[in-house]
Amino acid sequence: MAERGRVTTVQRASPSSPAARPGLDVAALRADFPLLAQRMHGKPLVYLDNAATSQKPRAVIEAISRYYETSNANVHRGVYALSERATAAYEGVRERARVFLNAREAREIVFVRGTTEGVNLVASSFGRTNLRPGDEVLVSAMEHHSNIVPWQMICEERGASLRVIPMNRAGELLQDEYERLLTDRTKIVALVHVSNSLGTINPIQQMVASAHARGIPVLVDGAQAAPHMPVDVQALDCDFYTVSGHKMFGPTGIGVLYGKATRLEAMPPYQGGGDMIKTVTFAKTSFADLPAKFEAGTPHIAGAVGLGAAIDYLGRLDWRRVAEHEADLLAYAAARLQAVPGIRLVGTAAHKASVISFVVEGVHAHDVGTVVDQEGVAIRTGHHCTQPVMDFFGVPATARASFAFYNTREDADALVAALAKVRKVFG
Amino acid sequence: MSDLTELYQQTIIDHNRTPRNFKKVDDANRVAQGNNPLCGDRITLYLRLDGDVIRDIGFQGSGCAISQASASLMTGAVQGKTKAEAEGLFRAFHDMVAGGANAPADPKSLGKLAAFAGVRQFPARVKCANLSWHTLKAALAAAAEPVTTE
Repeated sequence: MAERGRVTTVQRASPSSPAARPGLDVAALRADFPLLAQRMHGKPLVYLDNAATSQKPRAVIEAISRYYETSNANVHRGVYALSERATAAYEGVRERARVFLNAREAREIVFVRGTTEGVNLVASSFGRTNLRPGDEVLVSAMEHHSNIVPWQMICEERGASLRVIPMNRAGELLQDEYERLLTDRTKIVALVHVSNSLGTINPIQQMVASAHARGIPVLVDGAQAAPHMPVDVQALDCDFYTVSGHKMFGPTGIGVLYGKATRLEAMPPYQGGGDMIKTVTFAKTSFADLPAKFEAGTPHIAGAVGLGAAIDYLGRLDWRRVAEHEADLLAYAAARLQAVPGIRLVGTAAHKASVISFVVEGVHAHDVGTVVDQEGVAIRTGHHCTQPVMDFFGVPATARASFAFYNTREDADALVAALAKVRKVFG
Repeated sequence: MSDLTELYQQTIIDHNRTPRNFKKVDDANRVAQGNNPLCGDRITLYLRLDGDVIRDIGFQGSGCAISQASASLMTGAVQGKTKAEAEGLFRAFHDMVAGGANAPADPKSLGKLAAFAGVRQFPARVKCANLSWHTLKAALAAAAEPVTTE
């Protein structure tokens, strides 16, 4: 996939941090994230819940403040300079998001609240116009609830049914089964790029090609991919791709839905309101062109500005070094966890992002989470909005450590040390 | 670790490891289900009510240590009690862990249930402690819908 023209600005080796492989100055990156410097329960905070939400660099926090201090006005409305400034800021982010995802045109970028809204938009708008009784929507066994429930809802409404691509015990989708499930009844495939609970990176490009061979469009949930790797929607050739700002070091409440212009043009509006119309009379409304057609109401302008700052920040990283660092963290943390008696990893795909789910024999994940929290280590425990994945692996819940580029080997060490306390409490 | 030992008292560790009344009551005349969507705790509670008195009680399910120990100790605490007595214990227990007007001045007045007094310092875990008690309340009220802590 394309490197998005990211330039190398962080090249110094970090002798003070044995965690970092030469090249990525993790200490310098950490200094960009004010929240990471704090202590929790008297211990240094070790933040390992990046798959739930990532922390924000100062550049993002300051961009939002600066917007409200200097540029706040409603967009697309006023003829005065301030409104033009706000509009330029907002539309400027659309262009940066286009570059970030390597979309062909800025009008293929729709601002949404997050990945969940992106999926709902497509399920509702595409589903309402394309699903007929007997049709099928194909999802995978490792989808987040947000890429299951919207499809279930529209399937029920339209008399269509949901089919599921199965996976193996490692947490890899069965490609043969996938090929078999693609039929004339399949109207859309909705797939997660990187699993939030298992860390699996799915072979999206190949799976899109298989669907397209039968003329079936594909939506990709990219929420967990965007923080870990460059995304190129033209290379993937997917029809829709959706991300959440807050998982890629931007603010909550803003995300992006990419859709091929031809697809988006053929779809009716998702919500009605201001900003998405050309003319309104009580008899008839004509809708605006892309992307305004899908952006009813005053958008989260400040959120978009923050997202733009996050995109700029990511654009300054050297992604080859980030990938090396995260691969090192994954391998190191997985090896250390596996060496702890009674710990079993859930999700061992060959191709994985730095997300590690695990269970501690005889101890519920929630108790694990509480104990390690007392050591300053923040991990997620529960079903991670993937109850079908928990059912498949026969566990009620898992503990999950998810690493970002600002995490270190020491963070993995702190997790393993905290897990020793779990044994102390529960024997 | 002082906070943790407040939460995971030996009584709780023990009842989690060896839950009491972990059984289906075959001649139960009240059954209720409870679940905590946050962490996936699930219990099914079986009661045999003899008039107003809880003659027999048992539970089955799975979940975190707090939820399982709470179910175990709850069943022990209400066995043989009247409906009104059990509801009084519910209020006292609930307010002890969640904070409220019915919290006993001295948790020790609740006997073994006092082991859960430390839960109050862990707001995220209050639901785990209360799950079995809410399920009991539903069983006593003969509620048809499963109760949930959400």
